[in-house]
Amino acid sequence: MQKRVIFRSAWLPYLLLLPQIAVTLIFFFWPAYQALESSFFIEDAFGFSRDWVGLQNYAELFRDEGYIRSFRTTLVFGLSVAALSLSVALVLAVAANRVLHAATAYRTLLIWPYAVAPALAGVIWYFLMNPSLGIVAYWLKLMGYDWNHYVNGDQALLMVIVAAAWKQVSYNFLFFLAGLQSIPKSMLEAAAIDRAGPMRRFWSITFPLLTPTTFFLLVVNLVYAFFETFSLIHATTEGGPYDSTSILVFRVYNTGFVGQDYGSSAAQSVILMIMVVLMTFFQFRFVERKVNY
Amino acid sequence: MVENRPFLSFVTHVTLIVGVGFLCFPVWMALVASSHGPEALSHSPIPLWFGDQMWQNYSDLLFGGMPQVGGVPVGRMMLNSLWMALGITIGKISVSILAAFAIVYFRFPFRMMFFWMIFVTLMLPVEVRILPTFDVVAKLGMLNTRQGLIIPLMASATATFLFRQFFMTIPDELVEAARIDGAGPLRFFWDILLPLSRTNIAALFIILFIFGWNQYLWPLLITADESQYTVVMGIQRMVNSGEQLPVWHYIMGTAILAMIPPILVVVAMQKLFVKGLVESEK
Repeated sequence: MQKRVIFRSAWLPYLLLLPQIAVTLIFFFWPAYQALESSFFIEDAFGFSRDWVGLQNYAELFRDEGYIRSFRTTLVFGLSVAALSLSVALVLAVAANRVLHAATAYRTLLIWPYAVAPALAGVIWYFLMNPSLGIVAYWLKLMGYDWNHYVNGDQALLMVIVAAAWKQVSYNFLFFLAGLQSIPKSMLEAAAIDRAGPMRRFWSITFPLLTPTTFFLLVVNLVYAFFETFSLIHATTEGGPYDSTSILVFRVYNTGFVGQDYGSSAAQSVILMIMVVLMTFFQFRFVERKVNY
Repeated sequence: MVENRPFLSFVTHVTLIVGVGFLCFPVWMALVASSHGPEALSHSPIPLWFGDQMWQNYSDLLFGGMPQVGGVPVGRMMLNSLWMALGITIGKISVSILAAFAIVYFRFPFRMMFFWMIFVTLMLPVEVRILPTFDVVAKLGMLNTRQGLIIPLMASATATFLFRQFFMTIPDELVEAARIDGAGPLRFFWDILLPLSRTNIAALFIILFIFGWNQYLWPLLITADESQYTVVMGIQRMVNSGEQLPVWHYIMGTAILAMIPPILVVVAMQKLFVKGLVESEK
Protein backbone atom coordinates (compact mmCIF):
# COMPACT_ATOMS: atom_id res chain seq x y z
CA MET A 1 0.00 0.00 0.00
CA GLN A 2 1.51 3.27 -1.12
CA LYS A 3 0.16 6.74 -1.66
CA ARG A 4 0.12 7.96 -5.24
CA VAL A 5 0.48 11.61 -4.33
CA ILE A 6 3.30 12.56 -2.03
CA PHE A 7 5.22 15.53 -0.79
CA ARG A 8 8.85 16.09 -1.59
CA SER A 9 11.42 17.23 0.89
CA ALA A 10 14.98 16.16 1.57
CA TRP A 11 14.89 16.79 5.31
CA LEU A 12 11.34 17.17 6.59
CA PRO A 13 10.45 13.45 6.84
CA TYR A 14 13.56 12.79 8.92
CA LEU A 15 12.66 15.65 11.22
CA LEU A 16 9.13 14.27 11.63
CA LEU A 17 10.43 10.81 12.40
CA LEU A 18 13.13 12.03 14.73
CA PRO A 19 11.19 11.96 18.04
CA GLN A 20 9.83 8.46 17.55
CA ILE A 21 13.09 7.03 16.26
CA ALA A 22 15.07 8.72 19.03
CA VAL A 23 12.83 7.29 21.76
CA THR A 24 12.87 3.88 20.09
CA LEU A 25 16.65 3.87 19.73
CA ILE A 26 17.44 5.11 23.23
CA PHE A 27 14.84 3.24 25.23
CA PHE A 28 14.38 0.17 23.09
CA PHE A 29 17.32 -0.74 20.90
CA TRP A 30 19.99 0.39 23.31
CA PRO A 31 18.54 -1.62 26.25
CA ALA A 32 17.91 -4.60 23.97
CA TYR A 33 21.53 -4.48 22.83
CA GLN A 34 22.71 -4.12 26.43
CA ALA A 35 20.66 -7.12 27.47
CA LEU A 36 22.17 -9.14 24.65
CA GLU A 37 25.68 -7.99 25.53
CA SER A 38 25.51 -8.54 29.26
CA SER A 39 23.93 -11.95 28.79
CA PHE A 40 27.40 -13.07 27.65
CA PHE A 41 29.15 -11.80 30.78
CA ILE A 42 29.22 -12.56 34.46
CA GLU A 43 29.38 -9.39 36.51
CA ASP A 44 30.18 -9.06 40.18
CA ALA A 45 27.49 -7.50 42.34
CA PHE A 46 29.11 -4.07 42.43
CA GLY A 47 29.72 -3.82 38.70
CA PHE A 48 33.49 -3.40 39.06
CA SER A 49 34.52 -6.27 36.86
CA ARG A 50 33.01 -8.69 34.45
CA ASP A 51 34.14 -11.76 32.61
CA TRP A 52 33.21 -12.98 29.20
CA VAL A 53 31.55 -16.34 29.60
CA GLY A 54 29.94 -16.92 26.22
CA LEU A 55 26.74 -18.86 26.46
CA GLN A 56 27.28 -19.96 30.02
CA ASN A 57 24.44 -17.82 31.40
CA TYR A 58 22.03 -19.48 28.99
CA ALA A 59 23.37 -22.94 29.67
CA GLU A 60 22.99 -22.41 33.38
CA LEU A 61 19.42 -21.20 32.95
CA PHE A 62 18.41 -24.35 31.17
CA ARG A 63 20.15 -26.46 33.78
CA ASP A 64 18.40 -24.56 36.54
CA GLU A 65 15.37 -26.50 37.71
CA GLY A 66 13.74 -23.32 39.00
CA TYR A 67 13.88 -21.74 35.57
CA ILE A 68 12.44 -24.80 33.87
CA ARG A 69 9.68 -24.80 36.46
CA SER A 70 9.02 -21.13 35.70
CA PHE A 71 8.60 -22.05 32.06
CA ARG A 72 6.04 -24.64 33.00
CA THR A 73 4.27 -22.28 35.42
CA THR A 74 4.12 -19.58 32.74
CA LEU A 75 2.66 -22.01 30.24
CA VAL A 76 0.04 -23.32 32.67
CA PHE A 77 -0.76 -19.78 33.77
CA GLY A 78 -0.98 -18.37 30.24
CA LEU A 79 -3.06 -21.18 28.78
CA SER A 80 -5.44 -21.23 31.75
CA VAL A 81 -5.95 -17.46 31.68
CA ALA A 82 -6.57 -17.54 27.93
CA ALA A 83 -8.93 -20.54 28.09
CA LEU A 84 -10.90 -19.19 31.03
CA SER A 85 -11.31 -15.63 29.86
CA LEU A 86 -11.93 -16.57 26.21
CA SER A 87 -14.65 -19.08 27.03
CA VAL A 88 -16.44 -16.83 29.50
CA ALA A 89 -16.20 -13.92 27.06
CA LEU A 90 -17.50 -16.00 24.14
CA VAL A 91 -20.54 -17.17 26.08
CA LEU A 92 -21.30 -13.63 27.19
CA ALA A 93 -20.78 -12.19 23.70
CA VAL A 94 -23.11 -14.76 22.14
CA ALA A 95 -25.71 -13.92 24.78
CA ALA A 96 -25.27 -10.16 24.39
CA ASN A 97 -25.55 -10.49 20.63
CA ARG A 98 -28.91 -12.17 21.07
CA VAL A 99 -30.71 -9.75 23.40
CA LEU A 100 -32.78 -6.94 22.01
CA HIS A 101 -33.67 -5.19 25.23
CA ALA A 102 -31.14 -3.54 27.49
CA ALA A 103 -28.29 -4.48 25.15
CA THR A 104 -26.39 -1.26 25.88
CA ALA A 105 -26.85 -1.62 29.61
CA TYR A 106 -25.43 -5.15 29.52
CA ARG A 107 -22.53 -4.02 27.40
CA THR A 108 -21.67 -1.18 29.76
CA LEU A 109 -21.80 -3.52 32.75
CA LEU A 110 -19.53 -6.00 30.99
CA ILE A 111 -16.80 -3.79 29.58
CA TRP A 112 -15.67 -1.62 32.49
CA PRO A 113 -13.20 -4.15 34.01
CA TYR A 114 -11.00 -3.45 30.99
CA ALA A 115 -10.01 -0.21 32.74
CA VAL A 116 -8.99 -1.91 35.99
CA ALA A 117 -5.22 -2.25 36.34
CA PRO A 118 -3.99 -5.87 36.63
CA ALA A 119 -2.35 -4.92 39.93
CA LEU A 120 -5.70 -3.79 41.35
CA ALA A 121 -7.49 -6.88 40.04
CA GLY A 122 -4.87 -8.93 41.84
CA VAL A 123 -5.16 -7.03 45.10
CA ILE A 124 -8.95 -7.32 45.17
CA TRP A 125 -8.97 -11.07 44.50
CA TYR A 126 -6.18 -11.42 47.04
CA PHE A 127 -8.54 -9.83 49.54
CA LEU A 128 -11.53 -11.98 48.50
CA MET A 129 -9.49 -15.14 48.90
CA ASN A 130 -7.59 -14.18 52.02
CA PRO A 131 -7.69 -17.38 54.12
CA SER A 132 -8.70 -15.65 57.35
CA LEU A 133 -10.92 -12.83 56.05
CA GLY A 134 -11.80 -13.35 52.41
CA ILE A 135 -15.42 -13.99 51.64
CA VAL A 136 -14.68 -16.49 48.87
CA ALA A 137 -12.30 -18.41 51.13
CA TYR A 138 -15.07 -18.40 53.76
CA TRP A 139 -17.63 -19.81 51.33
CA LEU A 140 -15.16 -22.45 50.22
CA LYS A 141 -14.66 -23.42 53.83
CA LEU A 142 -18.44 -23.75 54.26
CA MET A 143 -18.39 -26.16 51.36
CA GLY A 144 -15.69 -28.11 53.14
CA TYR A 145 -12.78 -26.91 51.04
CA ASP A 146 -9.78 -25.59 52.90
CA TRP A 147 -8.32 -22.57 51.14
CA ASN A 148 -4.93 -21.15 52.01
CA HIS A 149 -2.86 -19.70 49.19
CA TYR A 150 -0.12 -18.71 51.61
CA VAL A 151 1.00 -22.30 51.92
CA ASN A 152 -0.62 -24.07 48.99
CA GLY A 153 1.16 -23.28 45.72
CA ASP A 154 -1.55 -24.68 43.44
CA GLN A 155 -4.17 -22.53 45.13
CA ALA A 156 -1.96 -19.46 44.81
CA LEU A 157 -1.56 -20.16 41.10
CA LEU A 158 -5.31 -20.67 40.74
CA MET A 159 -5.94 -17.35 42.48
CA VAL A 160 -3.72 -15.34 40.13
CA ILE A 161 -5.23 -17.18 37.14
CA VAL A 162 -8.75 -16.19 38.20
CA ALA A 163 -7.72 -12.58 38.87
CA ALA A 164 -5.89 -12.25 35.54
CA ALA A 165 -8.75 -13.87 33.61
CA TRP A 166 -11.37 -11.74 35.37
CA LYS A 167 -9.71 -8.57 34.14
CA GLN A 168 -9.35 -9.86 30.57
CA VAL A 169 -12.96 -10.99 30.00
CA SER A 170 -14.13 -7.51 28.95
CA TYR A 171 -11.49 -7.17 26.30
CA ASN A 172 -12.29 -10.54 24.75
CA PHE A 173 -16.01 -9.86 25.04
CA LEU A 174 -15.73 -6.69 22.95
CA PHE A 175 -13.78 -8.40 20.19
CA PHE A 176 -16.07 -11.43 20.11
CA LEU A 177 -19.10 -9.14 19.99
CA ALA A 178 -17.59 -7.19 17.07
CA GLY A 179 -16.84 -10.51 15.36
CA LEU A 180 -20.38 -11.80 15.90
CA GLN A 181 -21.92 -8.62 14.55
CA SER A 182 -19.99 -8.93 11.32
CA ILE A 183 -21.46 -12.37 10.56
CA PRO A 184 -24.10 -11.97 7.85
CA LYS A 185 -27.61 -12.47 9.21
CA SER A 186 -28.73 -14.11 5.97
CA MET A 187 -26.54 -17.17 6.60
CA LEU A 188 -28.08 -17.78 9.98
CA GLU A 189 -31.57 -17.22 8.61
CA ALA A 190 -30.96 -19.65 5.76
CA ALA A 191 -29.80 -22.26 8.26
CA ALA A 192 -32.86 -21.61 10.42
CA ILE A 193 -35.13 -22.15 7.42
CA ASP A 194 -33.35 -25.47 6.89
CA ARG A 195 -34.38 -26.28 10.45
CA ALA A 196 -30.97 -25.99 12.10
CA GLY A 197 -31.43 -25.24 15.78
CA PRO A 198 -29.51 -22.57 17.71
CA MET A 199 -26.82 -25.04 18.83
CA ARG A 200 -26.32 -26.41 15.37
CA ARG A 201 -26.17 -22.88 13.91
CA PHE A 202 -23.57 -21.87 16.48
CA TRP A 203 -21.24 -24.80 15.90
CA SER A 204 -21.50 -24.99 12.12
CA ILE A 205 -21.74 -21.31 11.20
CA THR A 206 -20.94 -18.86 13.96
CA PHE A 207 -18.00 -20.60 15.57
CA PRO A 208 -16.08 -21.33 12.35
CA LEU A 209 -16.64 -17.76 11.17
CA LEU A 210 -15.21 -16.49 14.43
CA THR A 211 -11.92 -18.36 13.91
CA PRO A 212 -9.88 -15.28 12.89
CA THR A 213 -11.09 -13.38 15.95
CA THR A 214 -10.38 -16.35 18.21
CA PHE A 215 -6.83 -16.79 16.90
CA PHE A 216 -6.13 -13.11 17.22
CA LEU A 217 -7.47 -13.07 20.78
CA LEU A 218 -5.55 -16.21 21.70
CA VAL A 219 -2.25 -14.54 20.85
CA VAL A 220 -3.20 -11.28 22.55
CA ASN A 221 -4.30 -13.15 25.68
CA LEU A 222 -1.11 -15.17 25.80
CA VAL A 223 0.96 -12.01 25.45
CA TYR A 224 -1.11 -10.43 28.20
CA ALA A 225 -0.75 -13.41 30.53
CA PHE A 226 2.94 -13.94 29.83
CA PHE A 227 4.14 -10.38 30.13
CA GLU A 228 1.57 -7.90 31.40
CA THR A 229 0.56 -9.73 34.55
CA PHE A 230 3.84 -8.95 36.26
CA SER A 231 2.13 -6.32 38.41
CA LEU A 232 -0.64 -8.71 39.41
CA ILE A 233 1.87 -11.19 40.77
CA HIS A 234 4.21 -8.64 42.27
CA ALA A 235 1.41 -6.91 44.18
CA THR A 236 0.02 -10.16 45.61
CA THR A 237 1.92 -13.45 45.90
CA GLU A 238 5.36 -12.08 44.94
CA GLY A 239 6.08 -15.30 43.15
CA GLY A 240 5.40 -17.50 46.14
CA PRO A 241 4.73 -19.67 47.95
CA TYR A 242 7.84 -21.68 47.06
CA ASP A 243 8.15 -20.13 43.61
CA SER A 244 4.78 -21.55 42.57
CA THR A 245 3.55 -18.33 40.93
CA SER A 246 6.90 -17.13 39.67
CA ILE A 247 6.23 -16.67 35.96
CA LEU A 248 9.10 -15.85 33.61
CA VAL A 249 8.62 -12.10 33.53
CA PHE A 250 8.56 -12.03 37.32
CA ARG A 251 11.75 -14.05 37.38
CA VAL A 252 13.56 -11.55 35.14
CA TYR A 253 12.80 -8.86 37.67
CA ASN A 254 13.59 -10.99 40.67
CA THR A 255 16.91 -12.25 39.32
CA GLY A 256 17.98 -8.76 38.32
CA PHE A 257 16.74 -6.47 41.06
CA VAL A 258 16.47 -8.77 44.05
CA GLY A 259 19.10 -11.38 43.26
CA GLN A 260 21.42 -8.85 41.54
CA ASP A 261 22.49 -11.44 38.99
CA TYR A 262 22.68 -9.19 35.91
CA GLY A 263 24.05 -11.73 33.48
CA SER A 264 21.31 -14.23 34.17
CA SER A 265 18.58 -11.60 34.18
CA ALA A 266 19.85 -10.28 30.84
CA ALA A 267 19.84 -13.78 29.36
CA GLN A 268 16.25 -14.22 30.54
CA SER A 269 15.33 -10.87 28.97
CA VAL A 270 16.79 -11.98 25.66
CA ILE A 271 14.81 -15.23 25.75
CA LEU A 272 11.60 -13.32 26.50
CA MET A 273 12.24 -10.77 23.77
CA ILE A 274 12.68 -13.58 21.26
CA MET A 275 9.39 -15.06 22.45
CA VAL A 276 7.56 -11.75 22.02
CA VAL A 277 8.95 -11.13 18.55
CA LEU A 278 8.00 -14.66 17.47
CA MET A 279 4.47 -14.16 18.78
CA THR A 280 4.18 -10.80 17.00
CA PHE A 281 5.11 -12.36 13.68
CA PHE A 282 2.87 -15.35 14.25
CA GLN A 283 -0.02 -12.99 14.90
CA PHE A 284 0.65 -10.89 11.81
CA ARG A 285 0.72 -13.93 9.58
CA PHE A 286 -2.71 -14.86 10.86
CA VAL A 287 -4.15 -11.39 10.63
CA GLU A 288 -2.85 -11.07 7.09
CA ARG A 289 -4.17 -14.37 5.86
CA LYS A 290 -7.47 -14.00 7.71
CA VAL A 291 -8.21 -17.64 8.44
CA ASN A 292 -11.55 -18.15 6.77
CA TYR A 293 -13.85 -20.86 5.59
CA MET B 1 -32.34 -12.80 16.60
CA VAL B 2 -33.36 -15.27 13.94
CA GLU B 3 -36.45 -16.72 15.56
CA ASN B 4 -38.47 -16.28 18.71
CA ARG B 5 -37.62 -18.78 21.41
CA PRO B 6 -38.82 -17.58 24.79
CA PHE B 7 -36.92 -20.20 26.78
CA LEU B 8 -33.66 -19.39 25.04
CA SER B 9 -34.22 -15.69 25.68
CA PHE B 10 -34.65 -16.47 29.33
CA VAL B 11 -31.38 -18.45 29.39
CA THR B 12 -29.67 -15.58 27.58
CA HIS B 13 -30.67 -13.08 30.21
CA VAL B 14 -29.72 -15.39 33.05
CA THR B 15 -26.29 -15.93 31.44
CA LEU B 16 -25.74 -12.20 31.10
CA ILE B 17 -26.82 -11.50 34.65
CA VAL B 18 -24.50 -14.20 36.00
CA GLY B 19 -21.69 -12.73 33.90
CA VAL B 20 -22.33 -9.23 35.16
CA GLY B 21 -22.43 -10.63 38.68
CA PHE B 22 -19.08 -12.36 38.24
CA LEU B 23 -17.48 -9.18 36.95
CA CYS B 24 -19.06 -6.82 39.48
CA PHE B 25 -18.85 -8.94 42.62
CA PRO B 26 -15.15 -8.35 43.44
CA VAL B 27 -15.50 -4.60 43.07
CA TRP B 28 -18.72 -4.66 45.09
CA MET B 29 -16.88 -6.39 47.91
CA ALA B 30 -14.06 -3.86 47.68
CA LEU B 31 -16.55 -1.02 47.86
CA VAL B 32 -18.31 -2.58 50.85
CA ALA B 33 -15.03 -3.26 52.64
CA SER B 34 -13.97 0.34 52.15
CA SER B 35 -17.07 1.53 54.00
CA HIS B 36 -16.29 -0.29 57.26
CA GLY B 37 -13.98 0.33 60.16
CA PRO B 38 -11.21 -2.07 61.18
CA GLU B 39 -13.42 -4.02 63.64
CA ALA B 40 -15.87 -5.23 61.02
CA LEU B 41 -12.98 -6.53 58.92
CA SER B 42 -11.19 -8.28 61.75
CA HIS B 43 -13.12 -11.53 61.72
CA SER B 44 -14.75 -13.77 59.14
CA PRO B 45 -17.32 -13.60 57.59
CA ILE B 46 -16.98 -9.99 56.59
CA PRO B 47 -20.15 -7.95 55.95
CA LEU B 48 -21.76 -7.96 52.51
CA TRP B 49 -23.49 -4.63 52.99
CA PHE B 50 -22.17 -1.11 53.53
CA GLY B 51 -21.02 0.23 56.88
CA ASP B 52 -21.12 3.82 58.06
CA GLN B 53 -17.41 4.66 57.76
CA MET B 54 -17.39 5.44 54.07
CA TRP B 55 -16.85 9.21 54.15
CA GLN B 56 -14.48 8.93 57.06
CA ASN B 57 -12.32 6.34 55.27
CA TYR B 58 -12.24 8.14 51.97
CA SER B 59 -11.42 11.52 53.43
CA ASP B 60 -8.67 9.87 55.52
CA LEU B 61 -7.26 8.36 52.36
CA LEU B 62 -7.56 11.34 50.06
CA PHE B 63 -6.21 13.97 52.40
CA GLY B 64 -4.68 12.18 55.37
CA GLY B 65 -1.98 9.87 54.15
CA MET B 66 -0.93 6.37 55.03
CA PRO B 67 2.09 5.52 57.16
CA GLN B 68 2.97 2.54 54.90
CA VAL B 69 3.59 4.89 51.99
CA GLY B 70 5.41 7.55 53.95
CA GLY B 71 2.29 9.48 54.89
CA VAL B 72 1.59 10.57 51.32
CA PRO B 73 -2.14 11.13 50.79
CA VAL B 74 -3.78 9.01 48.11
CA GLY B 75 -5.08 12.24 46.57
CA ARG B 76 -1.49 13.24 45.91
CA MET B 77 -0.74 9.86 44.35
CA MET B 78 -3.76 10.18 42.10
CA LEU B 79 -2.49 13.54 40.94
CA ASN B 80 0.88 11.93 40.15
CA SER B 81 -0.93 9.20 38.22
CA LEU B 82 -2.85 11.82 36.30
CA TRP B 83 0.31 13.65 35.25
CA MET B 84 1.98 10.42 34.24
CA ALA B 85 -1.06 9.21 32.27
CA LEU B 86 -1.50 12.54 30.48
CA GLY B 87 2.22 12.80 29.74
CA ILE B 88 2.37 9.33 28.23
CA THR B 89 -0.85 9.83 26.27
CA ILE B 90 -0.06 13.22 24.80
CA GLY B 91 3.57 12.26 24.17
CA LYS B 92 2.67 9.03 22.39
CA ILE B 93 0.02 10.64 20.23
CA SER B 94 2.20 13.57 19.12
CA VAL B 95 5.26 11.46 18.46
CA SER B 96 3.39 8.82 16.52
CA ILE B 97 1.16 11.06 14.41
CA LEU B 98 4.27 12.86 13.12
CA ALA B 99 6.01 9.57 12.39
CA ALA B 100 2.97 8.20 10.58
CA PHE B 101 2.69 11.39 8.52
CA ALA B 102 6.32 11.05 7.44
CA ILE B 103 5.97 7.38 6.54
CA VAL B 104 2.75 7.75 4.56
CA TYR B 105 3.23 11.06 2.77
CA PHE B 106 6.93 11.07 1.89
CA ARG B 107 9.33 8.87 -0.05
CA PHE B 108 12.84 8.95 1.28
CA PRO B 109 15.86 6.67 1.70
CA PHE B 110 15.59 4.16 4.59
CA ARG B 111 11.85 4.71 4.86
CA MET B 112 11.15 0.98 5.19
CA MET B 113 14.02 0.53 7.62
CA PHE B 114 12.48 3.12 9.94
CA PHE B 115 9.12 1.46 9.50
CA TRP B 116 10.48 -1.91 10.60
CA MET B 117 12.38 -0.35 13.48
CA ILE B 118 9.10 0.94 14.83
CA PHE B 119 7.29 -2.28 13.97
CA VAL B 120 9.45 -4.55 16.14
CA THR B 121 8.59 -2.54 19.25
CA LEU B 122 4.90 -3.30 18.68
CA MET B 123 4.31 -5.87 21.36
CA LEU B 124 7.40 -5.55 23.52
CA PRO B 125 6.36 -4.45 27.00
CA VAL B 126 8.86 -2.69 29.24
CA GLU B 127 8.65 -5.55 31.77
CA VAL B 128 10.52 -7.87 29.43
CA ARG B 129 13.61 -5.67 29.13
CA ILE B 130 13.30 -4.02 32.48
CA LEU B 131 16.83 -4.17 33.83
CA PRO B 132 18.71 -2.74 30.82
CA THR B 133 16.06 -0.04 30.32
CA PHE B 134 16.44 0.94 33.94
CA ASP B 135 20.20 1.01 33.39
CA VAL B 136 19.88 3.33 30.40
CA VAL B 137 17.61 5.71 32.29
CA ALA B 138 20.05 5.72 35.21
CA LYS B 139 22.93 6.50 32.85
CA LEU B 140 20.98 9.43 31.46
CA GLY B 141 20.43 10.72 35.00
CA MET B 142 16.67 10.49 34.65
CA LEU B 143 15.90 8.42 37.74
CA ASN B 144 13.31 9.95 40.06
CA THR B 145 12.28 12.53 37.48
CA ARG B 146 9.02 12.98 35.66
CA GLN B 147 10.78 12.77 32.27
CA GLY B 148 12.31 9.44 33.27
CA LEU B 149 8.86 8.21 34.15
CA ILE B 150 7.20 9.29 30.93
CA ILE B 151 9.58 9.39 27.97
CA PRO B 152 10.70 5.71 27.94
CA LEU B 153 7.05 4.61 27.81
CA MET B 154 6.46 6.67 24.67
CA ALA B 155 8.32 4.07 22.62
CA SER B 156 5.48 2.04 21.21
CA ALA B 157 4.25 1.35 17.75
CA THR B 158 0.51 0.87 18.24
CA ALA B 159 -0.44 4.52 17.79
CA THR B 160 1.83 4.95 14.77
CA PHE B 161 0.13 2.00 13.11
CA LEU B 162 -3.34 3.27 13.80
CA PHE B 163 -2.53 6.66 12.27
CA ARG B 164 -0.78 5.05 9.31
CA GLN B 165 -3.83 2.87 8.69
CA PHE B 166 -6.11 5.88 8.88
CA PHE B 167 -3.98 8.09 6.63
CA MET B 168 -4.02 5.38 3.97
CA THR B 169 -7.81 5.74 3.74
CA ILE B 170 -7.72 9.51 3.15
CA PRO B 171 -8.36 10.18 -0.56
CA ASP B 172 -5.38 11.38 -2.58
CA GLU B 173 -7.56 14.12 -4.10
CA LEU B 174 -7.31 16.02 -0.83
CA VAL B 175 -3.54 16.20 -1.14
CA GLU B 176 -3.79 17.18 -4.78
CA ALA B 177 -6.27 19.93 -4.01
CA ALA B 178 -4.10 21.20 -1.17
CA ARG B 179 -1.04 21.25 -3.40
CA ILE B 180 -2.83 23.07 -6.19
CA ASP B 181 -3.82 25.67 -3.63
CA GLY B 182 -0.15 26.01 -2.77
CA ALA B 183 -0.18 24.29 0.62
CA GLY B 184 3.09 22.77 1.76
CA PRO B 185 3.30 19.53 3.75
CA LEU B 186 3.10 21.19 7.17
CA ARG B 187 0.15 23.32 6.15
CA PHE B 188 -1.59 20.20 4.83
CA PHE B 189 -0.84 18.35 8.07
CA TRP B 190 -2.12 21.14 10.29
CA ASP B 191 -5.19 22.25 8.31
CA ILE B 192 -6.43 18.99 6.80
CA LEU B 193 -4.87 15.88 8.30
CA LEU B 194 -5.12 16.88 11.94
CA PRO B 195 -8.81 17.94 11.85
CA LEU B 196 -9.66 14.74 9.95
CA SER B 197 -7.91 12.65 12.60
CA ARG B 198 -9.91 14.10 15.47
CA THR B 199 -12.00 11.00 16.12
CA ASN B 200 -9.00 8.72 15.90
CA ILE B 201 -7.04 10.91 18.28
CA ALA B 202 -9.89 10.90 20.77
CA ALA B 203 -10.31 7.12 20.57
CA LEU B 204 -6.60 6.58 20.97
CA PHE B 205 -6.53 9.03 23.85
CA ILE B 206 -8.85 6.79 25.87
CA ILE B 207 -6.84 3.62 25.27
CA LEU B 208 -3.51 5.30 26.01
CA PHE B 209 -4.82 7.12 29.05
CA ILE B 210 -5.82 3.78 30.58
CA PHE B 211 -2.47 2.29 29.60
CA GLY B 212 -0.65 5.21 31.22
CA TRP B 213 -2.74 5.34 34.36
CA ASN B 214 -2.30 1.60 34.96
CA GLN B 215 1.51 1.56 34.70
CA TYR B 216 3.03 -0.31 37.60
CA LEU B 217 6.56 -1.65 37.31
CA TRP B 218 8.09 1.41 35.70
CA PRO B 219 6.96 3.93 38.35
CA LEU B 220 7.89 1.35 40.99
CA LEU B 221 11.50 1.44 39.83
CA ILE B 222 11.85 5.05 38.74
CA THR B 223 10.27 6.85 41.68
CA ALA B 224 12.41 6.79 44.81
CA ASP B 225 10.66 9.64 46.53
CA GLU B 226 7.33 8.71 48.14
CA SER B 227 5.76 12.01 47.13
CA GLN B 228 6.21 10.86 43.50
CA TYR B 229 4.34 7.57 43.95
CA THR B 230 1.49 6.78 41.61
CA VAL B 231 -1.62 5.23 43.03
CA VAL B 232 -1.59 1.89 41.16
CA MET B 233 1.93 1.09 42.39
CA GLY B 234 1.49 2.76 45.78
CA ILE B 235 -1.18 0.26 46.79
CA GLN B 236 1.42 -2.48 46.69
CA ARG B 237 3.24 -0.87 49.62
CA MET B 238 0.07 -1.10 51.67
CA VAL B 239 -0.55 -4.77 50.82
CA ASN B 240 2.97 -6.05 51.37
CA SER B 241 3.72 -3.91 54.37
CA GLY B 242 6.12 -6.34 55.98
CA GLU B 243 5.47 -7.07 59.63
CA GLN B 244 2.18 -5.23 59.95
CA LEU B 245 -1.12 -6.78 58.96
CA PRO B 246 -2.62 -5.14 55.88
CA VAL B 247 -5.27 -2.50 56.67
CA TRP B 248 -7.92 -3.83 54.34
CA HIS B 249 -10.51 -1.09 54.53
CA TYR B 250 -7.92 1.48 53.47
CA ILE B 251 -6.43 -0.81 50.83
CA MET B 252 -9.81 -1.47 49.27
CA GLY B 253 -10.62 2.25 49.41
CA THR B 254 -7.39 2.98 47.58
CA ALA B 255 -8.18 0.30 45.01
CA ILE B 256 -11.58 1.89 44.37
CA LEU B 257 -10.06 5.37 44.08
CA ALA B 258 -7.38 4.06 41.73
CA MET B 259 -9.90 2.49 39.36
CA ILE B 260 -12.45 5.29 39.27
CA PRO B 261 -10.76 7.61 36.72
CA PRO B 262 -10.07 4.99 34.02
CA ILE B 263 -13.49 3.36 34.50
CA LEU B 264 -15.18 6.75 34.19
CA VAL B 265 -13.33 7.40 30.96
CA VAL B 266 -14.38 4.02 29.52
CA VAL B 267 -18.02 4.27 30.54
CA ALA B 268 -18.48 7.94 29.62
CA MET B 269 -16.89 7.57 26.20
CA GLN B 270 -17.97 4.05 25.45
CA LYS B 271 -18.46 4.44 21.70
CA LEU B 272 -15.07 6.04 21.16
CA PHE B 273 -13.46 3.52 23.46
CA VAL B 274 -14.81 0.54 21.54
CA LYS B 275 -13.73 2.12 18.26
CA GLY B 276 -10.27 2.87 19.60
CA LEU B 277 -9.79 -0.59 21.02
CA VAL B 278 -11.00 -2.59 18.06
CA GLU B 279 -9.11 -0.46 15.54
CA SER B 280 -5.86 0.00 17.36
CA GLU B 281 -5.43 -3.72 17.80
CA LYS B 282 -6.34 -4.90 14.34
